[in-house]
Amino acid sequence: MQVENGQFKPTIVAFCCNWCSYAGADLAGTGRMQYPAEVKIIRVPCSCRVNPMFILRAFQRGADGVILCGCHPGDCHYTTGNYYARRRMTMLFDFLDYLGIEKERTRVEWVSAAEGARFASVMNDFVKKVTELGPNKRITDLRCKPEKEGE
Amino acid sequence: MQRIGVFICWCGSNIAATVDVKKVAEAALNEPGVVFSADYQYMCSQSGQQLMKDAIKEKGLTGIVVCSCSPRMHETTFRKAAESCGINPYMVEIANIREHCSWIHKDIKEATEKAIILMRTAVAKVNLDNSLTAGTSDVVKRALVIGGGIAGIQSALDIAEAGYEVDIVEKAPTIGGKMAQLDKTFPTLDCAACILTPKMVEAASNEKIKIYSFSEVESVKGFVGNFTAKIKKKARFVDENLCTGCGLCTEKCPSRKTPNEFNRGMNTRSAVYIPFAQAVPKLAIIDPTACLHFKTGKCGLCERNCSAKAIKFDQQDEYIEQKYGAIVVATGFDTIKLDNFGEYGYNENPDVITSLELERLMNAAGPTGGVLLRPSDKQHPKKIVFVQCVGSRGLRPCDKPYCSKICCMYTAKHSMLIREKYPDTEVTVFYIDVRTPGKNFDEFYRRAVEQYGVNYIKGQVGKVVENDGKLTVYGSDLLMNEQVVIDADLVVLATAIEPDKTAKSVATMLTASIDTNNFFTEAHPKLRPVESPTAGVFLSGVCQGPKDIPETVAQASAAAVKVVGLLSKDKLTCNPCVAHSDEMLCNGCSSCEKVCPYGAITYINKEVNDHGKREVRRLASVNEAVCQGCGACTVACPSGAMDLKGFTNKQIMAEVDAICK
Repeated sequence: MQVENGQFKPTIVAFCCNWCSYAGADLAGTGRMQYPAEVKIIRVPCSCRVNPMFILRAFQRGADGVILCGCHPGDCHYTTGNYYARRRMTMLFDFLDYLGIEKERTRVEWVSAAEGARFASVMNDFVKKVTELGPNKRITDLRCKPEKEGE
Repeated sequence: MQRIGVFICWCGSNIAATVDVKKVAEAALNEPGVVFSADYQYMCSQSGQQLMKDAIKEKGLTGIVVCSCSPRMHETTFRKAAESCGINPYMVEIANIREHCSWIHKDIKEATEKAIILMRTAVAKVNLDNSLTAGTSDVVKRALVIGGGIAGIQSALDIAEAGYEVDIVEKAPTIGGKMAQLDKTFPTLDCAACILTPKMVEAASNEKIKIYSFSEVESVKGFVGNFTAKIKKKARFVDENLCTGCGLCTEKCPSRKTPNEFNRGMNTRSAVYIPFAQAVPKLAIIDPTACLHFKTGKCGLCERNCSAKAIKFDQQDEYIEQKYGAIVVATGFDTIKLDNFGEYGYNENPDVITSLELERLMNAAGPTGGVLLRPSDKQHPKKIVFVQCVGSRGLRPCDKPYCSKICCMYTAKHSMLIREKYPDTEVTVFYIDVRTPGKNFDEFYRRAVEQYGVNYIKGQVGKVVENDGKLTVYGSDLLMNEQVVIDADLVVLATAIEPDKTAKSVATMLTASIDTNNFFTEAHPKLRPVESPTAGVFLSGVCQGPKDIPETVAQASAAAVKVVGLLSKDKLTCNPCVAHSDEMLCNGCSSCEKVCPYGAITYINKEVNDHGKREVRRLASVNEAVCQGCGACTVACPSGAMDLKGFTNKQIMAEVDAICK
């Protein structure tokens, strides 16, 4: 979380699979399609590489939203990885919701390598939703945060 | 502790215009392990790489972060540069501050802040990088070409020319594809059959090429250099080795009412048929949905009359398994269905036809023997209207958003040929734009207008109405700004082309990606146009995007060169970013094995020394040559034993931390 001129700027972690979504994000860039700078992408080989622990870690460290992007169902480079990701995340997001991390803060999206425009619009929408929710305070571990001056 | 060098690329002004590169370089020095940072106009250039190499030597760097364009672009470049100075290539990480930062943000402060975070994330990863060594795998020296149109034929011929075995799998009973159905080709007006059929024969007679006609690829397993394909040879009820293609059976067959696919349904064929006179392989085939023997159990005239005894009513589908090193996709295209284009009355009126149907009507081997007769009353049409962009360049759900690319030229060709052969025919063309980029293309189109007097009207057609056997075309003339109403004897629709309906299933089977229009995606739209993002899968022809014949042939040859380059290697370097199990943590539960899509994980019984306690344990073991590095097992592993080299749990956690700092 960051506050600039009194305006809340969420921290968003986006896990993108190497074959579809990362390339989709590249295409959004090539097409100069704007989306908020709050989104920071981590490249993973496949959406199924994303361990629920990574997402918990992100929220503990103060992320306000986490989005996981993979290939469309049926198009996974590794055939079935995105199905595993989908099942795991369905479980995890329900569990997080129970803990108070609202469902709008977590999302799985399928973005192909050809969908630059879709990548940008997904990110715009996600950042908007998370911004509306405000900062994630629920499972942020304050001990992880370095003390800032004046705080 | 690592000694990390951070290099920030300006990419001319692509990055430097929005990201304060000096500030990023400055910030890098505050990151753990970073001992050197520099910015340069073009890091990927010779001198940029030299800058990096010099720094590696002078500062004794052990890890590199390059803040530049996407790793999909230059990761290999920088890894090679580092390797040449003795640094393991996997100690290099890229922070993508162009596609993911400078190109999508306008505010310099915001973009610079983000670039610093991306740099910090990459540094965090490099700090935990380990040297990785790639293994090798063998290459099967045989290629598979899916699709036997001009693209597939050309690719196969070129691969065979280089001395490698190639199999063409074609789903139709003959190779030749759409080009075999064409009459003449633009802009030279040479006959399609005259230039295609010799190539078909060449492919069939080449001892390196094996053609599986009336066959489909059922499944593909494996990876680059080592694919295993299962090919289904559909039963044609004719013994390939015995049939001589004499055609006597087709003459004797009493069931003659099936629409002839080769003539786009404009005439009929018998139940046992040879697709067309120059078919390769020239073999008869029985269509069981039309054959009286299959429907009633009677007949059998063909069997009785076949002196070669080739008719085999009990023939079954046959499955063949074959190993390949490379795969060429050449699945081609089809014209779209016109069910949603009621305004043209295509389904209601026989005299509204598609351009491909016109090709057959004009062809000497077509249903009318090359005499242009309109389908309804077999009269010479005196007034012909061509409608361009039917289903192309449209915004409605039934439309394709793209330009089909070939229609402007073939319509110019059709109108020219018609005016040449029947000078008393009036030809009108409705167009949105005339697009003729290509060698001798615009000259060709101008000949149609200036020399052959074809009437081009800029505007679209609203509807085609039939009244007492007469067609009336309602359109607009945008240049004159008026509505036009034209009587027509024949209306020809330049129907949009779309990828063949098998494209999607083939893409899924090969785990190659397709775009929203089902065209295959290239590995890079400019620099790797004939490779798919999936290693070992190459693209040839219209399956990748609309193309004319010269472009298709050029791309087919280009794909063949890529295949030959691959097959000429004896060993391929494997991806070293594979799964690895920690023996001390593994409890042999089999969770990882169950999720592995490649069957790369097996279990071994091994003696381990656990804090002085020696015992034999059941442990997961990863076959590094088979593992593709997806990481599914790492998440399934309940004990945290399984990890992925190059993308370890610790590294990804460190990246998360760096972003959330």
